[in-house]
Amino acid sequence: MIGLTHYLTLAAILFTIGVFGIFVNRKNIIVILMSIELILLAVNINLVSFSVFLHDVVGQIYAMFVLTVAAAEAAVGLAILVTFFRNRGDIAVDDASVMKG
Amino acid sequence: MFLTDLSLAYPEVILGVAALVLVVWGAFQGKSTAVFNGAAILALIVAAVVALTGPHGRAFHGGLIADAMSGFSKAFIYGFSAVAILLSDRWMARRGEAKFELAILVVLAALGMGVMVSAGDLISLYMGIELHSLALYVLAAFRRDDGKGSEAGLKYFVLGALSSGLLLYGASLIYGFAGSTQFPAIAEAVRNGADGGVLFGLVFLICGIAFKVSAAPFHMWTPDVYEGAPTPVVGFFAAAPKLAAMVLLARVLTEAFGTAVHQWQQVIVIIALLSIFVGAFAGLAQRNLKRLWAYSSIANIGYALLGLAAGGEAGTQSMLLFMILYMVDVTGFFACLCALERYGRPMETLDDMAGLVKERPGLALAITAFSLSALGLPPFAGFWAKFYVFKAAIGGGLIWPTVLGLLGSVVAAVYYLRLLRKMWFDAAPGPTDVPPLTARWIALICALFSFPVVLPALHWLEGLAQAAAAALA
Repeated sequence: MIGLTHYLTLAAILFTIGVFGIFVNRKNIIVILMSIELILLAVNINLVSFSVFLHDVVGQIYAMFVLTVAAAEAAVGLAILVTFFRNRGDIAVDDASVMKG
Repeated sequence: MFLTDLSLAYPEVILGVAALVLVVWGAFQGKSTAVFNGAAILALIVAAVVALTGPHGRAFHGGLIADAMSGFSKAFIYGFSAVAILLSDRWMARRGEAKFELAILVVLAALGMGVMVSAGDLISLYMGIELHSLALYVLAAFRRDDGKGSEAGLKYFVLGALSSGLLLYGASLIYGFAGSTQFPAIAEAVRNGADGGVLFGLVFLICGIAFKVSAAPFHMWTPDVYEGAPTPVVGFFAAAPKLAAMVLLARVLTEAFGTAVHQWQQVIVIIALLSIFVGAFAGLAQRNLKRLWAYSSIANIGYALLGLAAGGEAGTQSMLLFMILYMVDVTGFFACLCALERYGRPMETLDDMAGLVKERPGLALAITAFSLSALGLPPFAGFWAKFYVFKAAIGGGLIWPTVLGLLGSVVAAVYYLRLLRKMWFDAAPGPTDVPPLTARWIALICALFSFPVVLPALHWLEGLAQAAAAALA
């Protein structure tokens, strides 16, 4: 029998993978965008499973909002990434280090 | 029913409609942005007046709150957003990069900040934060042919999205363990203290908001974004969004978790003290003024958080007063930076400021006022800001944090005084260009506010902030 704990554990694992994906990844900025999506989707699993177990529809409405915002965020992120690529000709994480200190 | 709900949301409706109209207008208009920016500023001012004078109440099933707190914060947020448009207009035009999108993005960010200070449940909280953040990411990378600008935008985006993720994860846990997204219902659920799941969620939520106000240890994006983003945009970043996020934090902590004060107080005190010390010590090593002011803003957010940690009406009131006085200071300082150029290049480092008092005595005096104010020297505005915060903190029983905060401000004094020494006693490397009128006027007005206008204004601001803080409790 799959209970609430299983869903929460799955979401927590996905969330952790997403956060580590941002900090440990040293190669490509696209991977960071994927990690951000992973974090948001982990939250959605949380919201929907809570919604089902609480018999409360608000969590699912919240999840719809999160999906919409995630799409908008990806659009803005990719747009900024394109301007970055135009200026540098590369999207490696290590390139984003002109400013330091 | 829907219409009464809508009447509480008029400021948001005005700004939303204004943004849509401006997008269409912008697509059809010519090169000049002066009239266009004027229209955006007008919309912001109208929205501010409506927010101040509009009816109070809760709308959309408690999702949107209009009270003294939201009216007070919205008036200042919209006002400072209008100043940011005014400031960027000439600055961008001087570089031949005036684009109509800037005003639209500022209006959308102001709309998001308005939703943040009015948020009455976790969904509107998230929507407000995202609306303002997405606009700010684009503003940071607004000069798209500038390498530093796009790097700043990219860093801001990645860390901002991560912080939204943390915040959202916290919100989902609070929803699950408290059983509702609405603040009053959450307060009901945690009446006898928050249990494990809710507390875990609250910590994530606080971390997410701490990112947005650039409090340590979540401050790492701030110096890079301040250095890379266009100067007038940085003046905007440093003022209105910080106030919005602080008010949001105050609302969440008092309306939803007011009964669990002892559980979040330590977290806020630790974040506040870390910010004060990181801001003070890391600022010592900076040569670039925008980075320096980034660390200064980290330290100042620490003081605002200390006031908030004191809890109760006095704590919230001191936080509001601190933020308003600080916002005037920082806007004035960045107006000075916008005005100063030498041979067509912006003057952004400590060495550029050498001998400024002989070149541009007015602006040098204004920068002196802002530095002394940020340092906390009486009778400047910054002194009164810190005075209120420390008074509230001592009243709330936070004696040791107050002593440490005072020590931090002594350390930070070093870099403000170093800037003053450079300006007043070193020789100038060359003449400066004629500064644009708007930036000069904004700097002058902010400097006059910092001293002596602050003394009579404080009496009036104190009453307003008290009414706003009382609305939360």
